[in-house]
Amino acid sequence: MAAEKQVTTTGLLGWVDQRFPLTSLWKGHMAEYYAPKNFNFWYYFGSLALLVLVIQILTGIFLVMHYKPDAAMAFASVEYIMRDVPYGWLIRYMHSTGASAFFVVVYLHMFRGLIYGSYRKPRELIWIFGCLIFLCLMAEAFFGYLLPWGQMSYWGAQVIVNLFAAIPFIGPDLSVWIRGDFVVGDATLNRFFAFHVIAIPLVLIGLIAAHIVALHEVGSNNPDGIEIKAKKDEQGRPLDGIPFHPYYSVHDLIGVTGFLIVFSYVIFFAPEFGGYFLEYNNFIPADPLKTPAHIAPVWYFTPFYTVLRAITEDFLFWWLVPAIALYVILVWLTARTFMAKLVATGVGLALVAGFFLIDAKFWGVVAMGAAVVILFGLPWLDRSPVRSIRYRPDWHKYVYTVFVVAFVVLGYYGTQPPSPAGNLISQIGTLIYFGFFALMPWWSGLGKFKAPPERVTYSPH
Amino acid sequence: MDDTINPPDPSRRRWLAATGVAGAAGAGFVAVPFVSSFQPSERAKAAGAPVEVDIGGMAPGELKRIEWRGKPVWVLRRTPEMLATVQSVDAQVADPTSERTAYPTPDYAKNPHRSIKPEFLVVVGICSHLGCSPSEKFQPGPQPSLPDDWQGGFLCPCHGSTFDLAGRVFKNKPAPDNLEVPPHMYLTDTRILIGEDKTA
Repeated sequence: MAAEKQVTTTGLLGWVDQRFPLTSLWKGHMAEYYAPKNFNFWYYFGSLALLVLVIQILTGIFLVMHYKPDAAMAFASVEYIMRDVPYGWLIRYMHSTGASAFFVVVYLHMFRGLIYGSYRKPRELIWIFGCLIFLCLMAEAFFGYLLPWGQMSYWGAQVIVNLFAAIPFIGPDLSVWIRGDFVVGDATLNRFFAFHVIAIPLVLIGLIAAHIVALHEVGSNNPDGIEIKAKKDEQGRPLDGIPFHPYYSVHDLIGVTGFLIVFSYVIFFAPEFGGYFLEYNNFIPADPLKTPAHIAPVWYFTPFYTVLRAITEDFLFWWLVPAIALYVILVWLTARTFMAKLVATGVGLALVAGFFLIDAKFWGVVAMGAAVVILFGLPWLDRSPVRSIRYRPDWHKYVYTVFVVAFVVLGYYGTQPPSPAGNLISQIGTLIYFGFFALMPWWSGLGKFKAPPERVTYSPH
Repeated sequence: MDDTINPPDPSRRRWLAATGVAGAAGAGFVAVPFVSSFQPSERAKAAGAPVEVDIGGMAPGELKRIEWRGKPVWVLRRTPEMLATVQSVDAQVADPTSERTAYPTPDYAKNPHRSIKPEFLVVVGICSHLGCSPSEKFQPGPQPSLPDDWQGGFLCPCHGSTFDLAGRVFKNKPAPDNLEVPPHMYLTDTRILIGEDKTA
């Protein structure tokens, strides 16, 4: 018989530790996980995302107790929750506001990663898990949005499922397969309900666990973008690190408090948020015969939706073909390997040939997907010698500003009815969005970089 | 395990690999019923019966919406002025003679007015872009989201595709195809059957 595991703890905890790594898990992820001491405001959003996840799961469980996933009853059951279930309105508003809050927090969390280079080696996998979480979150939000079975739910789902119909050859059958019917109907609602309440949340929780395990394996980045593990004391603890618990567990409570103040304000005083969190047309039951006069996705999808709308035949031939040609020339002039030149030329030619062979509709869908997928490549696109924006050339800050402005403008035009001027601005915004990433290997290495400090910048107060 | 006491046995490894492959193939077969369960059920497939419409009482310029297979079908009684605009925009529409095959136009509607009888237009009111139902914009002239030389037609609220009064899509719009003409036939002068035609 194997010798008993030796543990330093005694009593009940000692009994557990001999059978389960409770103390070592606690130490490894909380009490002896060393995080840089110079975290700033931007570092609240990771823990806040976790808080919102808990809010969504808890409120979601209680909503499912009253909701009916049936095309004939769904709309009425949501109204029943709002009017007849005691405090049902509060639980539902927490859930609907929580959905938007999730995206607010996650977009800020991603922006933090962008400006401090948190995706750079050795944190590429944290970033990739994060991008997968973002994808899951979009799927979760989309499936959930059908459930109230209002006009926006119905026509939003109709549009998104029809995106798949744009794929050549298999598209029309694929979209029927997704809907389970020839139009969005009861079968669609039922399966979206299953995805929303169990399938996607399970994947999401697994990915979040992987995101945190990968983070704790390599340690957190910080606003200076330098490795705190490079300078350690005699016991091997990073000199600029402090234990996550109690320092950051308490620190994050400040973020939680601030967040809950804003969150509660929205829930109690502006749950519809001017039609941005809950769209007015969704208070009308789904009518398969009539699309509302103005349809737009919820705000967090609008930047990507605008990219979809921006792709017209003229845009493909007069804007994208020259842009691709210039890009291939740029690769020929600067790439170090012949392979890179060959790949760029091949992809460029395939795209241009595709523009002639396949409808612009398909390329709109491709562009919308690419706008999300391109995020995955960030760790390999960024060639800057420093991670943090603090030590980059000043003009890099303007590049980031232009990118953020383009993203917000794309988001704004996604909420607006189509118009010729809006379409032109959307097309410029789309080019800026993709240009930011596609040209990053060039611009991110240009300019005069400042030397990052040896130790993190920190002033005790 | 000490490899010198139990050296690797290639024949056992091969069996393990073969078992693994067989197991993976089995898992693939088990996936079939789950993937298949996503297809439309027998009930959904059976629900596509043709519907009858009475067009007797329709005023000129009136649009009637009928549900067929869960989709809106429009019957529009066009005025002579409306029909005139159809001829005048021939150069501005992407596929004036409905030659594209994604939503094949039946032969009996492959004519300048895209319908059996010039007066009555019968189309599925679903935009060929992403499936929204366009709104009627019969009022000519400049207005939001529409060109200044607008002659009347349909505007899709989702992505701004525009269609003329024969359901033909204008050029350089997200929608690639004209509005679908469903199979239909006249039972009498005032009754149309949607979902079935004489050739079927």
